[in-house]
Amino acid sequence: MSTRPLVLFAAGGLFGAGLALSGMTDPGRVVGFLDVTGAWDPSLAFVMGGALAVFGVGALAWRKLHGAKGLYGSTVPTRSTEPIDARLIIGALVFGVGWGISGFCPGPAIANLAWARTDALVFVPAMAVGAILARIGFGADRE
Amino acid sequence: MILPEHNFVHAFLGGTLIGLASLIGLLASGTIPGISGLFSRLLRLQGGAGGWRLLFFAGLIGGAALLFATVDSAAIYRPVRSIAWIGAAGVLVGFGTRLGGGCTSGHGICGIGLGSVRSIVATVVFMGAGVVTVWVFHNIGLAVPR
Repeated sequence: MSTRPLVLFAAGGLFGAGLALSGMTDPGRVVGFLDVTGAWDPSLAFVMGGALAVFGVGALAWRKLHGAKGLYGSTVPTRSTEPIDARLIIGALVFGVGWGISGFCPGPAIANLAWARTDALVFVPAMAVGAILARIGFGADRE
Repeated sequence: MILPEHNFVHAFLGGTLIGLASLIGLLASGTIPGISGLFSRLLRLQGGAGGWRLLFFAGLIGGAALLFATVDSAAIYRPVRSIAWIGAAGVLVGFGTRLGGGCTSGHGICGIGLGSVRSIVATVVFMGAGVVTVWVFHNIGLAVPR
């Protein structure tokens, strides 16, 4: 039996542990990070720094050693070749407004389901509604 | 009391775990493992080959639970808005991330990590929009803290 499901479960575990350890699961902390003109808390910039360092160097090293060949017979995806268009900009704008209102981006909202926090129990289904609206109205994720 | 230095170290270490998880996800799944994309595709309930996404999220929730239970600083939780605002924000985040093709992880970590200019643009835009939104809440009096 392939170990792929176990490996992807473990990857999820690392992701959730990283979100909680870093402070990304505390909406007060996230809003503090975005509050650059107020009581700015810059510490969450280090989350992205740490993640980008490991992911960027790891992906580059893997490509040098193994080329495009991934694990379990997969092909390692390369960066998107889609254009920088209105969908990208408007989508990012709408996402940023929602992030600033709530202090939640998708990962931390789902992680907070672990403690059955009311915010997460409301936010995650609402996020599903938004994703479905993007699919029905604008053909997102149809492929 | 939690020292600021403590915050920075935990943020960096947490970030490295997120980066490692994303790298493993990339190599083992053959997809770009952004959270909003995994979530949206999980909603299509295709099962079969897509079932690993459910396992990934089960792991994510389990990993967060483990840290909430064992690390005091990870369990800190300060709600910022009323439930009505949270619900509205959820719809905006779900819609915006899928229209724009990614979130903090898909664009901010995976896309930028793979050298995508459009992911850099998206990340600058959503961070900027987040900053402006928080400024509006703090300065125009929309905020109703709980």
